[in-house]
Amino acid sequence: MEKRASLSSVVLPLIAVVLGLVLGALLILISGDNPITAYRGLLSGSLGGSDAIGRTLEKATPLVMGGLAVAFAFKAGLFNIGGQGQLLLGAAFAGWAGYALDLPAIIHIPFAMLLGGLAASVLGAVAGLLKATRGTHEVISTIMLNFVAANFTEWLVSRDGPWKDPEGGSLARTPEILSSAELPRWGPLPTGFLVAVAAAVFIWWLVKKSTLGFEIRTVGANPNAATYAGISVTRITVIAMGLSAMLAGIGGAIQTQGVNGRFEPGFNTGLGFDGITIALLARTNPIAVIPSAMLIGALDAGSTQMQSLTDVEPEIISVIQAMILFFVAAPSAVRWLLRQRDLGDEPEMQLATGWGG
Amino acid sequence: MGRLVATATPDTDIGTTRRAEPSAMVRWATRNWLTILAIVAVIIGTYFAYQWDSRQTTAVAAGTIRQATPLILAGMCGLVGERSGIINIGIEGQMLLAAFCGFMVTSYSVDALTSGPALAAGIIAAMAVAAVAGLFLAWTAIRLKMDQIIAGTVINIFAIGATSFFFVQGRTMPKVPNWTVSSLEEIPLIGRLFFDHGPLTYAAFAVVALFHVTMFHTRWGLRTRAIGEHPGAADTVGVKVLRLRYVNLAIGGALAGLAGFSLLQSAGVFNRGMTNGKGFIALAVMIFGRWRPMGVLAAALIFGFFNAMQSQLQFKQAFDIPPQFFGMIPFVLTIAVLAIAGVRARPPAAVGQPFESE
Amino acid sequence: MAEVSDPSEPTEPIEPTEPIESTESIDSDGPDMAEKTARSFDTSDSSPPLLEAKGLTKRFPGVVANDSVDLTLHEGEILGLLGENGAGKSTLVKMLFGIHQPDEGEIYFRGERVTNDGPGDAIARGIAMVHQHFQLVPPLTVAENIVLGAEPTSGGFFQRRAAEARVKEISEQYGLTVNPRDIVDDLPVGIQQRVEILKALYRGARLLILDEPTAVLTPQETDELLAILRDLAADGVGIIFITHKLREVLEVTDRVTVLRGGKGVGTSTTKGATTASLAEMMVGRSVVFRVEKPEAETGDVVLRVQDLKVRDQRRQMAVDGASLEVAAGEILGVAGVEGNGQRELVEAITGIRPIVGGSATVLDQRVVHKPRTVRDMGVAYIPEDRERDGLVGTYSIADNMVLASYNRPPFATRGVRDFDQVDDLAERLVEEFDVRTPGIDVAVQTLSGGNKQKVIVARELSVPKALVVASQPTRGVDVGSIEFIHEQLVAARDAGAAVLLVSAELDEIFSLADRIAVLYEGRIVTTLDPNTTTREEVGLFMAGGGERAPH
Repeated sequence: MEKRASLSSVVLPLIAVVLGLVLGALLILISGDNPITAYRGLLSGSLGGSDAIGRTLEKATPLVMGGLAVAFAFKAGLFNIGGQGQLLLGAAFAGWAGYALDLPAIIHIPFAMLLGGLAASVLGAVAGLLKATRGTHEVISTIMLNFVAANFTEWLVSRDGPWKDPEGGSLARTPEILSSAELPRWGPLPTGFLVAVAAAVFIWWLVKKSTLGFEIRTVGANPNAATYAGISVTRITVIAMGLSAMLAGIGGAIQTQGVNGRFEPGFNTGLGFDGITIALLARTNPIAVIPSAMLIGALDAGSTQMQSLTDVEPEIISVIQAMILFFVAAPSAVRWLLRQRDLGDEPEMQLATGWGG
Repeated sequence: MGRLVATATPDTDIGTTRRAEPSAMVRWATRNWLTILAIVAVIIGTYFAYQWDSRQTTAVAAGTIRQATPLILAGMCGLVGERSGIINIGIEGQMLLAAFCGFMVTSYSVDALTSGPALAAGIIAAMAVAAVAGLFLAWTAIRLKMDQIIAGTVINIFAIGATSFFFVQGRTMPKVPNWTVSSLEEIPLIGRLFFDHGPLTYAAFAVVALFHVTMFHTRWGLRTRAIGEHPGAADTVGVKVLRLRYVNLAIGGALAGLAGFSLLQSAGVFNRGMTNGKGFIALAVMIFGRWRPMGVLAAALIFGFFNAMQSQLQFKQAFDIPPQFFGMIPFVLTIAVLAIAGVRARPPAAVGQPFESE
Repeated sequence: MAEVSDPSEPTEPIEPTEPIESTESIDSDGPDMAEKTARSFDTSDSSPPLLEAKGLTKRFPGVVANDSVDLTLHEGEILGLLGENGAGKSTLVKMLFGIHQPDEGEIYFRGERVTNDGPGDAIARGIAMVHQHFQLVPPLTVAENIVLGAEPTSGGFFQRRAAEARVKEISEQYGLTVNPRDIVDDLPVGIQQRVEILKALYRGARLLILDEPTAVLTPQETDELLAILRDLAADGVGIIFITHKLREVLEVTDRVTVLRGGKGVGTSTTKGATTASLAEMMVGRSVVFRVEKPEAETGDVVLRVQDLKVRDQRRQMAVDGASLEVAAGEILGVAGVEGNGQRELVEAITGIRPIVGGSATVLDQRVVHKPRTVRDMGVAYIPEDRERDGLVGTYSIADNMVLASYNRPPFATRGVRDFDQVDDLAERLVEEFDVRTPGIDVAVQTLSGGNKQKVIVARELSVPKALVVASQPTRGVDVGSIEFIHEQLVAARDAGAAVLLVSAELDEIFSLADRIAVLYEGRIVTTLDPNTTTREEVGLFMAGGGERAPH
């Protein structure tokens, strides 16, 4: 029984990816380009050579964190679509800590990262608190908070903003972070990626082995039974959303400290949605988030190369992603499409339980 | 509300214990006193505001209606879906797809047709594509029993990707003309408020009236309410639950299509991501409006009013507040409204749950 | 209108008689029985029976739910369909009603062979079913519910007035009083059931199937329902009445068909049958109706509830000034019709629901709105709805065994769980409490109702407790497990725990309780001694009609 479940949890996502790519190829064909050339560009841009691989890992890093954020919230039965806003807050606060504080690297790097994570976790905790005490559905509140965070971080570095780079002219951005806050690169390997892998392992341990993880899963699986067992659903909901948001926020911090070197608004839009695809592709398993994120990261990294080869707009990637998400979220769709019943009885994930408290 | 307790006296005639029923009008008024009070307050408030500053009052009032238009239509889309038991988190994507297709169809057909028919073709295309997205949502929820929130998210992601992928920079479309009622539009305030809008604004109000009547006074409405609350019960008496859900999601989709096109009506051109969260705000509007058409109208007008105030204040630079903070207002307002009103809201009981006919 | 139940109705515990070999139809058991069958229906001789099912078989993956079951029903006849939980009663009627399709066998309705392809078909033929869980749409009105699916319309518009008039007409015709404009959600259960029956009559039902209709009714409401059924039968409606309450069968039915393990055990005329004979057919062995238990040796008061006030989900005052005391070493049975504040009472005592007035104390410590604190005071809780509250279905048995103790030594140290310790405990409890399972890693949702309940009982009762709160502890549980669970509760009592037993089953209350408290509209209206009171007296108090006994 165990074996069969793990088979379908590998095979189904793979089929989903293949189907997504096939439909993407059809779209490329419709728009008048050669899908084979396009995909070749995609491949060479993402895996062809150490530079490309480094770029893929770089792209994958915030995706791992965003995917973890969604997967972790899922464990508590919560749907965090606010990854985008949480990432922005994390990136902005890490940027501030990066340029405004002068600390030795050994403290500066983790401090900036944690500050970013904490800022984001406040945003998540607010959504959690509203859900637990006021019955406000987290899907709406986290999306609304995305817009709030986007406006807020934009203001921070705007003309009148407190963190505006004085040398930036009309550019909205923070000053460059100090080198003591920068995440180094080891050859093609961005160390930020290692942080993300460590985070995934930690979340796996937390969920599986710790009492907090047990509490979170219990609240997710049956909140009534959790209450009965003396677990405070309110407390766990706030903690889970806070931690989930913190993961996304650290993803943003890594982006600032490891890639951009400063905070500029408007980068990496759509991360929250990427996180959903990745989390479901990984069937919410924290370790499986890593390869899932690398896959989406590779699509992202390769899309520029693809565009230069074939004129295919990089936005095709989000179309392909939507299809992957669709197939992975509806195993029955895959079964139906392939007229195949022996792919295991993977239950569909159910989140939608109405709006009420 | 009565508790489920046994009657102590078995033979009480429930019907005769009531007092003589007052006339329908009086009953309506006693039930809706809060609404009446609010309407009166708004009229009086508007009157004094107009006395104080006629130009700004007119601008804000007209802006309220304009800003409310997409929210009314999108909120009605959410309402029709949830009343039938399906959460539609993909309204945002439906609107975006609709705006995009409406824009492209209008833009490409305007040379062959004239601007009027081209706009009509655009509206039809917008409604059609959003209806198809609605059917897709129904199919995933009904046939595939996919989680409805994830299914809606698929629509949203797809819409962002597809509309960006196929978007061609630099195209234009003819302006959607305002339909004015000659002589009436010149009445101060009232004219701008009621007789000087694009066709989709009038459509939004007509849609509310239409659904208010159909939801509570037709067979379709009765059955729709039944399948959203207790599909099993409806099924056992022969109501075709799944078919009705498909139909309603398509109807809802068409409404989201109108909502999407109404964005073009005010913007005049398609922009990437131009829905800007309105599809989600519409869900808040629906919840705030307690899943009733008139409630959706009232809630959308409140949101519209705050948006209009925001742009008016920002435009006038009346306060020394950064524009980003004004930009947050609708989103913070949405959360606040849900946190305050959402607690007592009671959604249709079967919302979000897959239904299997036995 | 309500005919009071037969005064000769046995109220004493029934001593089991000798077992009957009951695998065959007992119609043919002797001249005595044959004679009774003959006097039952004159009409059946000339016209075909209203309904005849032959050899119905239904298989589900892994089980044969119905194995070649026969059933006959005449016009104007009330047929009792008797059987334990899981005997296949529901499956059988679902086939008759078209919800399931039989794998084998034939159904004849008014002499014609029919296949009901869905409930719609069955309804069109005049077959109606009142489900155990009402198929009513709560926010709609009575009239809207009754006409739904067959609404009077004109041009697509719903003719509300016509619908209301028609409902009024039928309700007067059959003496089923309802107000067509009432919102169903606001109505008491008994009235909701009338709406269900009216729904059937509105559609011209000639065959009415009622699935455990009395489970949620007071004895008085039950009597009313039985009277209604007699009237309907007199009008020529054929009625299949599913129940496991033997007294009701004896009171209202003309014949009884008994199912056991998916097979038809036999059909008997009701006259001449006794509760004991029917029970044996149902269970297949002698049933002990009363748990053997020594006299209670009561100690100090453990639970003291004073003037307690608790609100329900809709913020109504569901418990409204309830007072009771339970001493160590006794079982206090709380009787009452469901929905009179039972859930709120136990949830307040266990700290799950906030107390808004009055107090509850356990060993003189005040109960607070914190389940964990209350547990630490020595309170065990067997919840009413085990799947909803007591278990996490997707978790293993092992994880469910430590659902409330996962975070304390030896099951966890400093926030890290110790799985070896958890498994050891689970292995031991599965053994000790006779949970039938292939292993402790099995997801609890795959177990049967009785085994699920044993997991809860094991978790709650394996360590001595000061207070045991047990709510509907044997609902939906097989007979074997019921006995086991009852023994465990008595054992807890004898070990010195105070036991608060809340049950809607009077049989359970009478067989376990040392004292009986009756809960009505959120108050304890009286406390009675099971040795001196009768079912009728308790029933009267449950319905709010009893003389309030001086405290």
